[in-house]
Amino acid sequence: MGKLYKFLKYFFITFWAVFVVAPFLWALTTSFKDFNSVNGGATYIPWVDFEPKLEGWRVLIKSPANGGVDIIEPYFNSLFVTCTASLISIVLGTLSAYALSRFTFKAGFVKNNDITFFFISQRIMPPIVLSIPFFLFLGAISLLDSLIGLIVVYIVLLMPIAVWIMVDFFNKVPREIDETALIDGCNPYQAFFKVVLPNSIPGLIVAGMFCIIFGWIDFFFAFILTFTEVQLLPVKIVALNSSITPWWSLSASALVSVAPLIIVAFIVERYLSKGNLSGAIK
Amino acid sequence: MNLVAENLSYKPDEQFHLNEVSFKFEKGNIYTILGRTLSGKTTLLKTIAGLLTPDTGAMQFEDKDFLKVPVWERNIAMVYQQFINYPHLNVFENVAFPLKQRKVDDQLINDEVTKSLKSVGLEGYETRKIQELSGGQQQRVSLARSLVKNAKILLLDEPLVNLDYKLREQLREEFKNIFSQGLSEDSIVVFSTTDPREAMEINGEVIVLDEGKVLQVGSAKEIFENPKTLKVAEISNDPPMNILKASIETNKIKFEEIEVELPNHLSNLKEKNFNLGIRASDIKLSDSGFEFEVELAEISGSETLLHLKRGNSRIIISIEEVLNFNIHDKVKISFNISKIYAFNENGVLSSSPFGGSYV
Repeated sequence: MGKLYKFLKYFFITFWAVFVVAPFLWALTTSFKDFNSVNGGATYIPWVDFEPKLEGWRVLIKSPANGGVDIIEPYFNSLFVTCTASLISIVLGTLSAYALSRFTFKAGFVKNNDITFFFISQRIMPPIVLSIPFFLFLGAISLLDSLIGLIVVYIVLLMPIAVWIMVDFFNKVPREIDETALIDGCNPYQAFFKVVLPNSIPGLIVAGMFCIIFGWIDFFFAFILTFTEVQLLPVKIVALNSSITPWWSLSASALVSVAPLIIVAFIVERYLSKGNLSGAIK
Repeated sequence: MNLVAENLSYKPDEQFHLNEVSFKFEKGNIYTILGRTLSGKTTLLKTIAGLLTPDTGAMQFEDKDFLKVPVWERNIAMVYQQFINYPHLNVFENVAFPLKQRKVDDQLINDEVTKSLKSVGLEGYETRKIQELSGGQQQRVSLARSLVKNAKILLLDEPLVNLDYKLREQLREEFKNIFSQGLSEDSIVVFSTTDPREAMEINGEVIVLDEGKVLQVGSAKEIFENPKTLKVAEISNDPPMNILKASIETNKIKFEEIEVELPNHLSNLKEKNFNLGIRASDIKLSDSGFEFEVELAEISGSETLLHLKRGNSRIIISIEEVLNFNIHDKVKISFNISKIYAFNENGVLSSSPFGGSYV
């Protein structure tokens, strides 16, 4: 029984690992191939099956004038927009969530839960429904095709995630901790920053991760709301696809674009597995 | 210079959490708030702390309108029934927190924290994380944190209730020590509890609270000897005082077809019918007694609590030894008639063995 269980467990883990890692390996090998190695039937192992070439990677950093595609600028645009929007969403979202968790609001029939729902309901509609009002709105304030405009839109999309996660998290932090801080001489702001926030790091990390992921992978709004001035990475990658699909540079750029997420995942995983973050409050 | 409250009421929903509560707490004294769960003890302490604002009423402290002073300027300390500490700080930092908040000099913080940790028996634990401590140790950390401040008002909200038996005994002793020596002349201690024995042991002024209303105020002894009403008798005894419908007929007390002598202290009773109150410990097993049927036998520590029934009356008696009984066993018991209380039909004490009466 024990042995069979162990075997099945490792079998499943191995199977799953292969399932998850295979596409990355495939993209990695493809990024070193040229036209012939891609189109001449399936090839797998560099130097044995095909001769690795760096062309796919070189194209990414060459300027268009030299026949390249230059993803560096879109890359930093994406990084800037995602980080800024995530940061602002986390700050505003955390403050809103704390207020919603600790104070009682009442405006007619609108109460705390309704406000929380109002935040979250921003994510209920399919993005395509939001795209038209966003387009008109950004057009009206001349922020179409600009980084600032994208940041504004992303805040609208990301803040509900932050509010949702943090309200839930703060609800689990006992109120008595805030009260004790007040009794110990903190005003409400000090109680929040000195006591509640340091104990909410796991929640902040989770919320931050979700914001970064959702911001980074968004294609739809970046596609609709920008034209020529500003380009984000997902849009740029899709634009690579022309009459002849350049699988090699497509693969290379795909790898470059998931790299930050993988790095974030590793950092967060290490941080969370320290153990002192979960179950901090008895 | 005292803490004086007048007619504090707080009614956030259908029920009163505080109902016209008035009190006068003097410096250098200990006050025990005795009441069952949901009687408003925590609400009252939170109101004193400033965490709740009552709907109506007034509160003065040191000639200031205390209700207008925000929590963080009140110079109070509070220990909760749950073990509340700052999980992101270690033991030393936890205790030092209120002093740091006051911007006290580092050297002084060091001395005070060390002294305070020593007084609760936690020296050597300074660098431990809160999560690494047992429940009792965690509660001591919060106690140390509240003592270190030298607050003018120290609020203890059922601080012993979540501890196991052994620790509770131990910490209760420590409380008594701290109260008897460490307490400065100009601070007020308010201790809330559901446990009448704890209230007796703390031995301060007792305030009996029920459904947000103050039922009786007096010394622990006074409350024990002369409970003002049936409700107070119930709350201030564990197990609750037995109450039986009784009547007086020609120098006899009759209840459930039992007749006992009328004790002297009840001879002046005006009413014929009254509520007879007798403590569980004033009823003994006796072969010449009256027959009751066992409904339940609980063994708690070294004593046995017997729940008995006769007719429509149910009583609880406590026996100072461990005995085994089966349900529906018949037992014979006798009443110590010199310890009988009489409450009139409105539930007010009309005669007590100690001579008190509120009629």
